[in-house]
Amino acid sequence: MAKYLLQRLIIMIVMLAALSVIVFVTIELPPGDYADRRALDLRSQGVLVTEKDLVAMRHQFGLDRPWYQRYVKWITDIIFHGNFGISFGYHRPVADLLAERVGLTVLLAIATIIFTYGLAIPIGIYSAIRQYSLGDYAATIVGYFGMATPSFMLALILLYFSVMVFNNSVGGLFSSQYAEAPWSWAKFVDLLRHLWVPALVLGLAGTAFEIRTMRATMLDEKNKLYVTAARAKGLPEWKLLLKYPVRVALNPIASTIGWELTAIIAGAPLVSFVLALPDTGPLFLRSLLDQDIYLSGAILLMYSTLTILGTFLSDVLLALLDPRIRYGERI
Amino acid sequence: MSQITEAIDVVPNPAPPLPGIAREMEIRYYTASQFQLMWWKFKKHRLALIGMSLLAVFVFIALFAEFLSPYGPAVRTPNYLFGGPQVLHFVDAEGKFHLRPFTYALAAAMDPETFLLEVKEDTGEPWPVYFFVKGDPYKMWGLIESDIHLFGVEEGHLHLLGTDQLGRDILSRLFHATRTSLTIGVVGLVISFFLGLIIGGISGFFGGGIDDAIQRFIEFIRSIPTLPLWMALAAALPKEWSPQRVYFTITILLGLLGWTHLARRVRGKLLSLREEDFVVAARIAGSSDARIISRHLLPSFLSYIIVDLSISFPYMILAETSLSFIGLGLRAPVISWGTLLQDAQNIQAIALYPWLFTPVAFVIISVMAFSFVGDGMRDAADPYSR
Repeated sequence: MAKYLLQRLIIMIVMLAALSVIVFVTIELPPGDYADRRALDLRSQGVLVTEKDLVAMRHQFGLDRPWYQRYVKWITDIIFHGNFGISFGYHRPVADLLAERVGLTVLLAIATIIFTYGLAIPIGIYSAIRQYSLGDYAATIVGYFGMATPSFMLALILLYFSVMVFNNSVGGLFSSQYAEAPWSWAKFVDLLRHLWVPALVLGLAGTAFEIRTMRATMLDEKNKLYVTAARAKGLPEWKLLLKYPVRVALNPIASTIGWELTAIIAGAPLVSFVLALPDTGPLFLRSLLDQDIYLSGAILLMYSTLTILGTFLSDVLLALLDPRIRYGERI
Repeated sequence: MSQITEAIDVVPNPAPPLPGIAREMEIRYYTASQFQLMWWKFKKHRLALIGMSLLAVFVFIALFAEFLSPYGPAVRTPNYLFGGPQVLHFVDAEGKFHLRPFTYALAAAMDPETFLLEVKEDTGEPWPVYFFVKGDPYKMWGLIESDIHLFGVEEGHLHLLGTDQLGRDILSRLFHATRTSLTIGVVGLVISFFLGLIIGGISGFFGGGIDDAIQRFIEFIRSIPTLPLWMALAAALPKEWSPQRVYFTITILLGLLGWTHLARRVRGKLLSLREEDFVVAARIAGSSDARIISRHLLPSFLSYIIVDLSISFPYMILAETSLSFIGLGLRAPVISWGTLLQDAQNIQAIALYPWLFTPVAFVIISVMAFSFVGDGMRDAADPYSR
């Protein structure tokens, strides 16, 4: 187990390093550099910036050095000083901007994962034991729709119905009286009351997929001999189901948590944008449209880190569930 | 055997020597080509057939967008901005039935109590709808010049799905957008097809260290949240690029998106086929690697590739739509489903002008159609399925 974990940990670190390089490249891609931006900023404030100042500025920021040195400086600043650079658009350190909003993004991702699996596992089990029942068909139809509709469109549709039918918007994460209020228990409850909408929107596609996986594996397992044997021994039906076939069927589901998380993180910015959530999503889109590169780079790095962490966690979970993986067998 | 005969619904089993037509069917079954077998099996999948016909409609729309749409995509009806969908009538105000559908002239008037603009149909002035009317001139596929549209009105205007803020006909724009979005999907698919084929082919055919390296690389790519990364890359495109150049680049970006899945499939198939007798025989007979791949290996897993392609098509469309929707993808004057949806971004638009929302239906229907077709093809291509 320890060896397996260590191996996964090393893979995770290598992946993070590779990802940071990619993020750095996207930061460097747009024409112009930090000095140009800074000069533009100063000029707009009425400060005279000459060509000589520009060169001096480039030297000061280390922009005249080769890219790998700049990369090392960028990444060491982040790791050792928590310094992500300055946002051009907001004139504030990126780290401060992130700190305000990262919590909500993480919360949203976790809520969506809980929502996805909390719904998919029971519905999948139900669909399998009551195959071809009304509920099974309903789950299949909702599943098709859920998988075909990209999350941001689902958000739009929800908005549409909430406005047209209920005359009330589902956007945002807080009621107006809590939006600016300091954190309190009441605010947290209010947050939970709003959180289910984006969680539903983000999680529906994944839920549909996991229901299908769960149902298929359960259908395979439920007629196997060990289940019959357990039944013959007189185990109550629900206990038998949970103890044997469900445990086996959980494996493929657990192994996809990493992908689910990737999909959720990928869909989140757009959904947050449509639903006007105060998390990193709208910030990310804004920064991309403004080419606010340090901000967008930092958020991209954060998204990637979240998904890689999630993959690591799902590996650990799988190892806990499946002894074959724990003992280093290849399957 | 019993399954096979069931599959063609004809031959009873066990059967005495069969006379006539049934016997012929059996012979047809055994001599049928692989694709014929797949088609027979595909035909039994009802949802897939529905999906297929929907896709045919979409392709038809994409091909003949200029002719089918009543207006040019940029033509404005200046006195009908943000106009709602016009209704086709067959029965007039006096209750008389007309075979030729017509629509009424519309008059906007301020409601004296709520101060909201209300559009009322002026039942005194019908605008009959004709087939093959002369309208805005166009050049189909850049070749055929014409001004005949499938349907339209000769006086007044006809906007079945309403108009946008500049008074442009949404239905016509939607038809043109269908062309853009579908072609982007197809081109992106072709790119990822070749990437997947080549990379997966190398990985599976040579195996060993190369294979390991490529597999780790694919795992790495799949763990990146692609959409945000692609958004970042698209945002890095210089602002001064022409819309055509952006269009081209976005297509390539989308092509780079979908190849990992295909590469895995190709590799898996190659690894299992590589040890088969017919491949060994070809190698002993002195065939080159390229010949073995193209003549012996490729045909035996082509069907799987087609299936995977049809499944990954929706992702292309959705990626384009999402990118354009937030303004990072295609830009005006290019019309795509995503750029059309930009108008429906905010709550006000949705509440006041819900017809701006119609492109969503197109996207969802096309994606579902593709999923159905993909499902049907997957079942049909699998020789072990019933």
